[in-house]
Amino acid sequence: MTAPVSAAQEAAKVLNLGARRSRARRRHRLNILVLRVLVAVVGLGSWELGTRTGFIDPFFFGQPSGIAHQLWVWVTDETSLGPLWLQVLVTFEETVGGFAVGSILGVIFGILLGGNKLLAEVFSIYIKAANAIPRVVLGALFAISLGLDIRAKIATASVLVFFVVFFNAFQGVREVDRNLIANARILGADDRRLTTEVIIPSALSWILASLHISFGLALVGAVVGELFGATAGVGELIYYSEANFNTNGVFAGMVLLAAMALLAEALITSLENRLVRWRPPALGSEIQI
Amino acid sequence: MVPAIRLSGVTKRFLTPSGGVYTALRDLDMAVEQGEFCSVVGPTGCGKSTTLALISGLERPSEGEVLVSGKPVAGVMDGIGYVFQTDAVFPWKTVLDNVAAGPRYHGISSREAHERARDWIARVGLAGFEDRFPYQLSGGMRKRVALAQSLINGPRILLMDEPFSALDVQTRNLMENELLALWSASPTTVVFVTHDLEEAISLSDRVFVITAGPGTVKSDYKVDLPRPRNVAEIRFQAGFTAIYQEIWNDLRDEVLVSYERQKRSGAA
Repeated sequence: MTAPVSAAQEAAKVLNLGARRSRARRRHRLNILVLRVLVAVVGLGSWELGTRTGFIDPFFFGQPSGIAHQLWVWVTDETSLGPLWLQVLVTFEETVGGFAVGSILGVIFGILLGGNKLLAEVFSIYIKAANAIPRVVLGALFAISLGLDIRAKIATASVLVFFVVFFNAFQGVREVDRNLIANARILGADDRRLTTEVIIPSALSWILASLHISFGLALVGAVVGELFGATAGVGELIYYSEANFNTNGVFAGMVLLAAMALLAEALITSLENRLVRWRPPALGSEIQI
Repeated sequence: MVPAIRLSGVTKRFLTPSGGVYTALRDLDMAVEQGEFCSVVGPTGCGKSTTLALISGLERPSEGEVLVSGKPVAGVMDGIGYVFQTDAVFPWKTVLDNVAAGPRYHGISSREAHERARDWIARVGLAGFEDRFPYQLSGGMRKRVALAQSLINGPRILLMDEPFSALDVQTRNLMENELLALWSASPTTVVFVTHDLEEAISLSDRVFVITAGPGTVKSDYKVDLPRPRNVAEIRFQAGFTAIYQEIWNDLRDEVLVSYERQKRSGAA
């Protein structure tokens, strides 16, 4: 008799719980947003105040309002190197190009060496040696051998990306659960299947984790590449500003680079979430740094 | 009739990381008849799992011979299923893809493999969970996936390495009954490794007792309790206690030897 009533009540309670939880989550997100804005206001505010009251010399240390004004001029008018969108596009192309080349090569070599003991033993010393060189100096080499166009920057960026992705892919292959390999072999997998169905998926979380760091490194590579000679790009814009003692211009360039890095980070995170759907959501997965 | 599995004079040594030699099995003889359900019991570290690895072809014997259906084992062969002690289902595959993996590896089209997988998923009682990933399942459900994954290939020999040791008692009894039902409906030979004597007797036609490492067969016992059995109730049967006592007398000494050794190596 009472069953239907209690079932309906139960359903209402469940709904209620769901609504309460999503409300709590929304409130939490709003709180975080407010706190973030607060941090920016306090940080930039005291900087601005310092320059206005004479504690900080804006000539050497810039000024938030000056940086904003510089960005505004770049956006509405143009930079000393031409339209702003072109500078951003050039650097973005160099970065994405280096990121793609470096990570693809890194994954290929990582999986190859991770799965082959002989290759790993022969090449490990060269890779360690190459990794020990401060790789940004290679930018100078690439500027000479590849010229001043985009190829030199892509090469510099990809060298920086390669090692990070390589070591992660290599380690990822090494850490594959022996049980899973045994299971796949018992189930009838040949070597090719073993690679595509066990080793690569298993190494994927390692590889994806390295991509977060690598994009930042690709950006470093592109900007360093521009240092060794370029006619456009955000890095070149920064050097140009620096050469003209335009501190606000340097900071404005940094703001642009940061914006690009944040955008790429968001894209990589969404790619990761799509590719590793099978992973249990980690505790505190909302806190990502 | 040729026995389904025969191990004769098998010794297996491993190199330890410190450079020493560890002998897991010494001069082990064992034969399992076609369609038999046999269990292997013994103290921890006596080489039970090594025995299964040798039969499966994942490991080679250092000495002696391993024959499956009269033919020497050379590497992993078709017709063998292996349910591992730890979880070995692929975490990045859904239940459906996990179960379909075997047929896919044998070159069967994805449609047919999925069709057969659905059938097996229903048989192990997981219908409706096809699209879940392993992390979304309980331990017992993951074992069912592993079981379906092995059985879908229609193995002549099914090797099971303490498959239910991580499950709670009720789930375990359910799984054991299901295993017996699936086994009796097929001509499969089963080698079941366990440290639980009660489980061994409830399930098997025959129980092998392995000595403390290096392992060798100390004795084997026929269990002629009637089938079909209900593992949750079989221990109340008259014959059960008698055979349990008989085997336990044998096993106890080995367990004590192994325990003393562990204590000593712990103290050293």
